[in-house]
Parts: sequence; structure tokens; C-alpha cells
Amino acid sequence: MKKKLPFYLIATVVVVLMLIALNHLWTNWDAARELSNALAEKDAAGAPMDDGGTLEYREFPVIGSRVLVWMIAELHLMFAAFVLAVPMFAVIIEFIGYYTGDKRYDDLAYEFTKLLSTSFSFTATLGAMLTFALIILYPRLMGYLVNIFSWTFLPYVLLFFAEAGFLYSYYYGWGKFSPKVHLALGIGLNIVGTGIMFIANAWLTFMNSPAGVTETGALISTWDAINNFTWMPINIHRLIANVAFGGSIAAAYGAFKFLGAKTDEERAHYDWMGYIGNFIAIIAFLPLPFAGYWLGKEIYAYSQTLGIVMMGGTFSWLFIIQAVLIGNLFLGANYYLWVSMERIEGAERYRKAIKWLLASITICFIVWATPHSLVASIEEARKMGGAHHPILGVLGVMSAKNTAVNVLILTTYLSFLLYRRGNKEATHPRASLLKNIQFGIFSVVTIFVIVLGVAGYFVDATTRIGFSVPQVLSVLFAMISIAAIDVFLFRNAKSKGEIKWGQIKARAQYALFFLAITFTWLMGLMGYVRAGLRQHYHVYGIMEDTSAHAFTPTLGFAAGVVSVTVLIFFALIAIVFWLSSLSTKKKWEPKDASDDVYGLAEEARS
Amino acid sequence: MNIVPVAIIVLVMVAFSQLSKRNILRLNVVAWMVIWWLAIYFALSYGINPPLPASIIGMFMFIVSLALAAYLTTSTDDMEAAKSAFVNFIINPRYALPLILVMIGLPVVSAYNVYSDMTQPPQPPLSTRTIHPPPPPSITFKGKTIDLIEDENPYRALKTDNPAEFAKHVENGRRVYFQNCVYCHGDNMAGRGIFAHGFDPIPANFRDPTTIAMLQETYLFWRIAKGGPGLPAEATPWLSAMPAWEKFLSEEEIWDVIIFMYEFTNQEPRAKEELH
Repeated sequence: MKKKLPFYLIATVVVVLMLIALNHLWTNWDAARELSNALAEKDAAGAPMDDGGTLEYREFPVIGSRVLVWMIAELHLMFAAFVLAVPMFAVIIEFIGYYTGDKRYDDLAYEFTKLLSTSFSFTATLGAMLTFALIILYPRLMGYLVNIFSWTFLPYVLLFFAEAGFLYSYYYGWGKFSPKVHLALGIGLNIVGTGIMFIANAWLTFMNSPAGVTETGALISTWDAINNFTWMPINIHRLIANVAFGGSIAAAYGAFKFLGAKTDEERAHYDWMGYIGNFIAIIAFLPLPFAGYWLGKEIYAYSQTLGIVMMGGTFSWLFIIQAVLIGNLFLGANYYLWVSMERIEGAERYRKAIKWLLASITICFIVWATPHSLVASIEEARKMGGAHHPILGVLGVMSAKNTAVNVLILTTYLSFLLYRRGNKEATHPRASLLKNIQFGIFSVVTIFVIVLGVAGYFVDATTRIGFSVPQVLSVLFAMISIAAIDVFLFRNAKSKGEIKWGQIKARAQYALFFLAITFTWLMGLMGYVRAGLRQHYHVYGIMEDTSAHAFTPTLGFAAGVVSVTVLIFFALIAIVFWLSSLSTKKKWEPKDASDDVYGLAEEARS
Repeated sequence: MNIVPVAIIVLVMVAFSQLSKRNILRLNVVAWMVIWWLAIYFALSYGINPPLPASIIGMFMFIVSLALAAYLTTSTDDMEAAKSAFVNFIINPRYALPLILVMIGLPVVSAYNVYSDMTQPPQPPLSTRTIHPPPPPSITFKGKTIDLIEDENPYRALKTDNPAEFAKHVENGRRVYFQNCVYCHGDNMAGRGIFAHGFDPIPANFRDPTTIAMLQETYLFWRIAKGGPGLPAEATPWLSAMPAWEKFLSEEEIWDVIIFMYEFTNQEPRAKEELH
């Protein structure tokens, strides 16, 4: 009973959150519902036509067309991200197993792959739902997009077929082919999956930053429409984000299985699985802010208006929420590593470092989450002399944010480094020199990043934006060079004890759930930002949204829709987890003779 | 920064630390958590001048609470110590009186909070004000289309090509500024002109490196030409009393005053970015 308490606690919290979110949406939907009903009545009387006599919109009852498409698109994207991400790291893990001859890696890669087949079906079903919803509810927009991208649909469908072929042969062919052939199948699966994502990204990025068309939207070049200004930044951003997201979901699966494990072997296996999933998520997560920054920069470069809507205007508050979520991700990821160190013999000597790491994370978290203009009462604003605080205001711009995120990355890297050397003692003859070099690199890079951040306030905007490049490169240099030194430093290292897999505390597993939920919520939120930036346009600057839903919803409403979508996603992913675990369940046995239609009991006796 | 409260907080923290080190005061991990939480809260509330809004203090304290909770639960020993201290406080007869005081104190504090909230004079709801309204892609200025994405200040290039001519534009901008803008934006452009305090919020501080230095000149052209009435329909209320200066100034005068604003504050405008 004692062990099960956290399950009930979490279940209660989830149900309460769901009720709060639903209640919030329900109260906000009153107006939308009335609007939908009115539009539905109008539809019944005769659908709205534009001048050309073409049907422009249809209305979905109760929640409205926009929210329906929003939620389906988001769910489709989440499953698609998972289905694309898992093969990436499954193949890498399988390769590690093949290369090292360690069967555990092969088993782990298979365990990850088991999650794929149901998820693939869900992705396809949600994709079909999204297509139907768009064709039915937004016929004018779809007509236009089909016209622009007509020749991309056939390759998309063919790639989808190929993906199904690769995926199922990769999954069902586990152990049935030679390892090289099987690895080749996995690589094929990844190439095809990435191709599918790139094509779909062309459609949606065209809506944000159209190219290859005239001012009135007439097609000039389909390739230019595909290779629009935000296409490649989104491709790269999504590729990395998918791995981070997929890793976190796989880690959550490990945690889920760990908490339900009956034996020490199972606990050890799923503890390790959770650790590997989280490791993948964090490794992919570290460069993600840079990819996001590049995307933001390209959006700003494409259109000052879109850039200001995003970072200084209507959507800027969502970036504060984003900062809080990412701060939580860093905190959660470090927390998992710190708690995990308890199961490593010898790691207790690094415990005193935790408070300094935590202080660094907290300060950076605060800097990142500080808005440029503060929410204040009239009295408070008068005291500040406006919405800008003279001291805190300087933390609200990119110089401070970039510096904070770089220091956060360095801190997380340091936590991982301490975790990694927890049970090791360097025996290298020049160990202290190498450690000093590592310390020197780390200190110089940290100071360099902070100095550039401060210098950003004293130079013009272009130079300031340019500072982000040396900041990123110096952090990458620190991570790579310190890791390289570590390889030499801990070659033939003395062991101070072993890692007691399976003896991790349950709260570390809840941290993995927390990370997966936060990643998902963040993805939903930022997906909304990217799509919502267009405001009252379907295709920015080309095709206006003339429907009744052409308004930017309040932050609360948007957050409510994202929350409900995330809850639905996790309800569906729970089904995926359950289905994946069916193969290890005991076979069904008849309770009595009337149940025993196949004569199994008789067969067993004989 | 308010030196006195900060110094007091630092001194109290040092005192606690020393008393604990010398075993005069035995503080467990929970007590340290509470002390740190209070110290940060008081530093944020009373150590910064002008005071921070309650909303930002709330957000910072939420982050600090998360961090402290993370620290406490990172170590099983600390967590067990905290748990046993809590249980001990509840069941040990030695703490009966403090327990009773807590049991009475908590509802009293809550009741007092409700009372003090309800007796406050009515306040308008807080709003998340957006400082930079998004500009439209283009505007029409006296019949001419100004492309806010592609166009640039036509006199900007003179700074390097013809400094003497550029200086004339700066001078013209100075005249325009001191004839029209100074009353609200102030003689040093810090947003503290003689009329400034009649407005809520007060005009923007152009000396702040986080205002005009972040923006392209076409943005400023739009804001000056169209003023408060030309602000977008989204994300209202904008709370801007800025007149639409297109009714009073020529295109050249607006570009000149923009040049003067950057020269006077010794800042550079955001350059039009290269597409990749």
C-alpha cells in the first residue's frame, strides 16, 4: 500500500489538472460555442461562399473548426515526432551493441523499437484525421495549398509506404536478419522518415514565410515555395527536438516499467533504460536552444513584423512561459542526475558540488524567465516609472537570455561529468594536470560567455546578435575538449565501487515523467507560437483568414488547449505503453472447462 | 539597490552560519531551507529600488521554492531528516505549545490575508502589457507606400558617404525633436519630459539600450507617423498617447528626427537583416 501511494497521488493530481483545464476551457468556450452554433445554423441555411462561388469554410460544432484542427495537428505532430525520433537512437544503440558485442544494447534498442508499431498507426490515423478535417473545414485554404504543392504529395505518399515497409521489417525482423542488414533497414527507416518530415515541413513553413509565389499568391516556383526562408531552420530544429522529445518519452517508458517491476533484474534493466532515454533527451536538448535561436533569427530576418509579434509583441509572453518550462527541464534533468548519483558508490564525494550547481541553475533560470516588461499594478508601475524596471529590465533581452542558457548548458554538462566519474578514480600519471586543464577551459569559457553577454548591451544590434555565435562555439568547444580529456584521464581508471542499477529512488523516476510531460507541453506551446504568429492569415501576407476564428486567443485559452492536448497525448501514449507490454504478459489460461474451447488444459496435461 | 536591508540580510545569514558552525544553534536542513527562502524573499522585496512588482517576486520565489525542494530531496538522508523533524514536531509532546501556536497561527494568517485583500481599495486588473507593438508590413504615408520590411532610412548612408550632409539632417532632427517631442520624451530622451507624468505609462526611455537600439528605423518611422491611433488591433490596450505625427511633419523631418534620436543617445539602429 505504501508503495502504491505515489501512483494514486499522481493519478489524483492528473485528474484534478484535467478537470481544471476542462473547466477553464468550458467557461472560455461559451462565446466560441455560441459562435459555432450560429455558424452551424448559417451553414444549414446555405454555406458561406466567396465571390467565386467557392466554399470557404465549414464549422465544426461546439469547439469550432480552429480548435479541432489545432488539437489534431498537435497530436499528429507529437506522435510523428516520437515515431521519427525512436528509430534514430534505436539504430545508434543497436550499432553500439553490434560494435561492442554487448547484447544488452541490442535488447534495449529492441525494447525502444517495440513502442514504434502502435505509435506509427496512431500517427497515420491522426494524419488522416488532420487531412480530412482540413479538407472539410478549410476547403479554400486546402485548395490553394494543393495547387502550390501538388507534385509533393505523390513522393510523400510513396515515402510513407516505404516507411511502413522499413519500420515493420526493422521491428519484426529483429534477430531474423544479419546485424548488418538489420542496421541497414534501420538507417533506411531514418532516411525515409526524415524525408517525410522535410516534405511536411515545407507545407507548414510556406504558410509562415511564403516564397515562390507572386504578391497575390500565384505560383512561380514550387521549389522556391518548398525552400522558403524558414524551411531549413524548422527542419533542423525539429530533427533535434524530435530526438529530445522521443528520448524523454522513452525514458518515461523506462520509469513506468521500473515502478511496476517485480524483480531486481527488471528494476536494474528499466533503471538503465530510463537513464539511457534521459541521456539521449538531454544530449539532444543541449543544442536545441541554438537551433531555436537560428529559427527565430530567420523569422525576424524574413519579416520585422513577424519577429516583433513573436519576441516583443503579442506572443512574447509565451516565451516567458517557455523560459519557465525550459528552466524546469534543466532543473529536472540535473535533479535526475543528482538523485541517480546516490546509487553510484563513490559519488558521495561530489555531493558538496550540488548546491553550487543548483545555485547556478536557479540564477540562470531566473534570468531567463525575467520578462522585459513586467506585470504590475498602476501603483507598482508608477514606482518603477513604467513597465520596465530600471535594474531588472536589462535581464529581459536576448543578451541576458543567451548568456543564461549557455551557462545552464555548461552547468548541466558539469553535472553529467560528475555523474560519469562518480565511481571512478583517475590513475593517469598526469591526472592533476589534466584536471586543471579541464577546470581552466571550463572557467575561461564561462567567463567568456558572460563577458560577451554583458558586452552585448554596449554594441549595435547586429553585433550583439553576432555574439551568439562565439558564445555557442565556445560552449561546444568546452564540452568537446573536456570530454576528450576525460577519455584520456579515465582510461584504466580505478573503480571506487559499482553503479547499483535498480537501486535508484522512485522520485528520480517521477522526475523522468516530469521531463517527458514538460517536453511535450513545451512542444505544444511552441507549435502554437509558430502557427499563431501568422495571426489573421492562413498564408502570411497572401491569404487572409476570413473565418470567425481569425483572432489571436488569450494566453490562458491557448495554454488550456495545449494542456488538454498534452493530456490526450499521454492518455494515448499510456495505451501504447500498455500494448507494448502485452508481449511479456503471461498467456491467457482458461478458468474452467467451458472456457477451454481449444482444449488447452487437456493439451497441457498430455 | 537598498544597501541597508541587503546588509542586514547578509549579516543575519552570516550570524546564522557562524552560530551553526560553533554549535551554538543547531539548525537542520529544513531550518536552513526556511532561512534561505526568507532571506531571498526579503532581499527581493526590500533590497531592490524601485521595488519589484508582486507578480515578479511571486515568480522568482516559485523558482527558488522549486530549487530548494530539489536540493532537499536530492539526498535521501536530508529528506529523511526533514521527514522525521516534521513528524517529531507533530507527535513529540515537547513541541505541544509550538504546535498549538502553528495550528492557530496558520488559519489566523490566512484569515488576515483574506481580510487585508478584501479591504484594499478597488484596483484595476493587472495586464500583461506588450511593449513593442508589431508593425504592419507597410504603411501609406501621405499617399506614398513605405515598406517597413524592405525600406531603410534614406539619409542613413550619408553618415559615411557625406558626413557634412548627414550633420545637416542631424541638426534638422534636433530642431524637430526640441520643437515637438521634448515635452513628453524629455531633454535627455529618458522619457521624463515635463508632460510625462500626466501619462500612464510614461513615455519610453530611449537611452535604455533595450528600446530603440533593438529596432529598425522603419519601425520608428511607423510609430512616429501613425502614433497611438495607428497601433494594431491585436493585443490591446496599447495605452499610447503618441499623436500621429504624419499630420504635422514631412517624411524628411521624420527620418531626420530618427537619425537625431540615435545620434543623441549614441546608439545604432538594428540593421536590416540578411536573408539566408
